[in-house]
Amino acid sequence: MIELQGVSKWYGDFQVLDDCSTKVSKGEVVVVCGPSGSGKSTLIKCVNGLEPFQKGIITVNGTSVGDKATNLPKLRSHIGMVFQNFELFPHISVVENIKLAQLKVLGRGDGEATEKARSLLERVGLADQADKFPAQLSGGQQQRVAIGRALAMDPIAMLFDEPTSALDPEMINEVLDVMVELAKEGMTMMVVTHEMGFAHRVAHRVIFMDEGRIEEDCTKDEFFNESRGERAQTFLSKILHH
Amino acid sequence: MFTEFDWQVVFNSVPQLWKGMQITLMLTVLAIVGGIVLGTCLALLRLTPFKPLSFVAGSYVNFFRSMPLILVIFWFYFLVPIIVGRPVGGFYSVLIAFVLFEAAYYCEIIRAGIQSVRKDQAFAGQALGFTYRQNMHYVVLPQAFRNMVPILLTQAIILFQDTSLVYVVGVKDFLVSADLIANRENRLIEMFTVVAGVYFVLCLTGSMFVKKLQRKYAL
Repeated sequence: MIELQGVSKWYGDFQVLDDCSTKVSKGEVVVVCGPSGSGKSTLIKCVNGLEPFQKGIITVNGTSVGDKATNLPKLRSHIGMVFQNFELFPHISVVENIKLAQLKVLGRGDGEATEKARSLLERVGLADQADKFPAQLSGGQQQRVAIGRALAMDPIAMLFDEPTSALDPEMINEVLDVMVELAKEGMTMMVVTHEMGFAHRVAHRVIFMDEGRIEEDCTKDEFFNESRGERAQTFLSKILHH
Repeated sequence: MFTEFDWQVVFNSVPQLWKGMQITLMLTVLAIVGGIVLGTCLALLRLTPFKPLSFVAGSYVNFFRSMPLILVIFWFYFLVPIIVGRPVGGFYSVLIAFVLFEAAYYCEIIRAGIQSVRKDQAFAGQALGFTYRQNMHYVVLPQAFRNMVPILLTQAIILFQDTSLVYVVGVKDFLVSADLIANRENRLIEMFTVVAGVYFVLCLTGSMFVKKLQRKYAL
């Protein structure tokens, strides 16, 4: 479904991604972790072409992301993305947030879009918040709306860029619950996160990144139980023991 | 000495002054609308990654911001009839001058407004499949304009004052109307005092309104 081959990226002279290759199959949940500044967010933003990359090939469902001829808006409309800071549109209501792209990108009618938005809000447990503005919601609620907004496009895969990093601890679980449910339904997911509990519960594979390189790319069990590289070991001990 | 003043002249000339004020207001409103429309286009051009376009827009802005407004008004007063090939009347030539001049300032305000919208907001729109145009239209510009409202209004107040510069080409706005009456009736002090009072009251009211808005948005 998602395939990266030898992807490298530079900001000026600074190399942020160094020869990254991996694969996410249909229905697979892949967790990407690593210290901050290791390039994980950049990597996931390359997958739907939000960040350009200079070397390598990324294909999503057979379409090359870096190809100039690719209709990127169309490709992106099939890939849901959830951001660290939610990025709901602050000037329109919650339900309008979920409807906007359905109307303008997919060309759905108002009735259909509204119905879809309502059912998604129900699904993330926020049916009663439909007419509020994003700023009136808590962080956890905003992130659940953001997941709903991405799902409204009926995506073939979902990208999560540190979806719980900006949340207060008591709100993390409500967001993770929605993501776990999504994973269990068989959604293809690529998740940048430090939530190792989430990785434990639903991930099929774990990718560990450091200094722009993919250092580990293995199954969940291998990652948690068996021998890992020294850096991954250090990283895990830092985030697990406190 | 104040007994020598004749305020009756002012009361008698209210209809004529109101006519002049209508020209001033019309010129202000049309120049704001035209300036914002053209200014938005210029701002979008300045922000395109396509260098030649942003260079052209940038040069336009730098050019007009380096020109005294009064010179631009003069220039277009003589230039526009030549370009169009017939007299267009003072009002339209100064209107064109104001729109083109103000667009340079609005461009910079709007550019700053667009840049005030966080990059990840634009990413979020793109990630949903919006094209560049749709993203600007539905996501970035509505937020940018909301951030810009106070400074756009402040610029409108400045523009309202600047329209009095049409004096130099004799378009009968508020100031010129007052000037004509003042000279005809030989009551310069009374008329110009009233004109100053009117500008002061209108502009102060406007600024206070902007301050109130800013406080509301700051909350």
